Amino acid sequence: MSLILDHVSYSYDVGTSYKQEALKDINIVIPDGQFVGLIGHTGSGKSTLIQLLNGLLKPTSGNIYYNGQDINDSDYDRKTLRSKVGLVFQYPEHQLFEENVFKDVCFGPKNLGLDEKEVNLRAYDALEKVKLSHDYFYQSPFDLSGGQKRRVAIAGILAMKPEVFILDEPTAGLDPKGSEEILTLIKNLQKDTGMTVILVSHNMEDVASYVDRILVMNKGELKMDGSPKDVFKKTEELSNMGLRAPEVTYIVRELRKKGFPVDDSAITVSEAKETILNALYHKILNE
Amino acid sequence: MFKDMTLGQYYPIDSPIHRLDARSKFVGTVIYIVSVFMVNNYIGYLIAIAALLTFIAISRVPIKFMVKGMKSIVVLMIFAGLFNLFLVQGEVVWSWWILSITKEGIDTAIKMVLRLALLIMGSSIMTLTTTPTSLTDGLESLFKPLNVIKIPVHEIAMMMTIALRFIPILTEEMDKIMKAQMARGVDFEAKGLIKKAKSMIPLLVPLFISAFRRANDLAMAMEARCYRGGKGRTKMKPLKYHWNDAVAFLIMCGYLALCIIFGRGVLE
Ligand SMILES: Nc1ncnc2c1ncn2[C@@H]1O[C@H](COP(=O)(O)OP(=O)(O)O)[C@@H](O)[C@H]1O
Ligand SMILES: [Mg+2]
Repeated sequence: MSLILDHVSYSYDVGTSYKQEALKDINIVIPDGQFVGLIGHTGSGKSTLIQLLNGLLKPTSGNIYYNGQDINDSDYDRKTLRSKVGLVFQYPEHQLFEENVFKDVCFGPKNLGLDEKEVNLRAYDALEKVKLSHDYFYQSPFDLSGGQKRRVAIAGILAMKPEVFILDEPTAGLDPKGSEEILTLIKNLQKDTGMTVILVSHNMEDVASYVDRILVMNKGELKMDGSPKDVFKKTEELSNMGLRAPEVTYIVRELRKKGFPVDDSAITVSEAKETILNALYHKILNE
Repeated sequence: MFKDMTLGQYYPIDSPIHRLDARSKFVGTVIYIVSVFMVNNYIGYLIAIAALLTFIAISRVPIKFMVKGMKSIVVLMIFAGLFNLFLVQGEVVWSWWILSITKEGIDTAIKMVLRLALLIMGSSIMTLTTTPTSLTDGLESLFKPLNVIKIPVHEIAMMMTIALRFIPILTEEMDKIMKAQMARGVDFEAKGLIKKAKSMIPLLVPLFISAFRRANDLAMAMEARCYRGGKGRTKMKPLKYHWNDAVAFLIMCGYLALCIIFGRGVLE
């Protein structure tokens, strides 16, 4: 059971003079339960790629398989696919429309044809999961702050009980605290429910401490695919694509170069802190 | 990205017609429309067709783009043709049951269809070679005299420009909203009128909210730059009347004269 992309290419506006090749020969296998970070510069094709995954766009060539079935077969049930592969778009403003938050979250499950009781249960459950305070349940979604709107948007998709949960830049436009809250929330959801999560971001710091695997896109091509530690080692390549590894990786590497015995594979602040303290401790012991 | 800057019709290349002042093109188009209504014999139509083909050639816009514009009125043309063909009274040349075709009927039908085709193609030369912004600029300048009778020409033109500029933005926005709602299981292909109307609500609410927000932002940005309506306002790209505009105008006058001299008169 997994998501497979086999030689997938996609072009916008095929057959016009504006034709634009957004994805070139992408091959990816995503097993169940993995937390994947999809990273790339603006315009590298991240949003295009994830829209292919739930059938909103059809590949110009190549195939996409979900649980062993080609999602673009003419008899494939794409409506069910969209509930199984849930996609939260970048701007919550594009999906919120109901008069209150609770009703808005009900919208997805209602479209699945569930009965009212089940719909309400799911909406309540989803709102609990995104930790939105009860005070907001019956407020207009348009009166909420950016971070709260995003929570409601996430709950709107969660309520459809997806098996694969895709989020397009869920931290864009949030302050550092808001970003961290959202990311922690997503990480916990993934741990608790065991669903596959694909997190799109152009920020390395965002994903470093949360994901199992990183996919790096550049100009429509998949350039790297590996664990955060492996990917962040290739600082040179990353900077050629206009990306930067998390700041701490540069610090630990610099320390190591200066002869300080730290482990230079640390990629998060807490890992760096640990190895630096460790090195200091040994240094003091030796003196 | 370029696609977003232009709207629908405009065909972005460089040609003598593209370079003309928008006002010249507007006046030229009006002259052409007048000529098409004035001519009433086949020599006149031949002159009008020849002129049209010449203009198209000079504009370097592929003719298929002109023909595309006619698609929308094909039905109208067929109806106009058929009605005239069968309903005009006169010398009968063919008849069957209650239907009969007259010589005069054939004549009016051909002329009617030709006239419609020429009108559409003639005016599409203007829209294909002029950006919507310079067109509204041109119209503003041409209609400026109406200020005297208290018609807010500048404001109307500004509203048109903004509306035109926002169409591609809102189209893109609509596309995104549609996808976001499809990801939540909305079925935009649903059958039945009520279902269809219902599926529009999740689309229209975010679209309107976004449109109002953008309008608000734009108003704020205009205020911040001290926009105070048209009075005393200068343009970044002022319209300039060049010698080629004068030449174009003279050519159009010559053409109109030709139509009046040779293109009017009874059949035969
Ligand atoms: N609706 C569209 N029509 C035409 N081109 C598009 C459209 N959406 C995206 N593109 C183009 O496809 C490329 C990839 O865009 P996108 O997938 O949005 O990148 P990212 O999400 O990584 O910023 C860009 O060059 C962009 O201009
Ligand atoms: Mg994007």
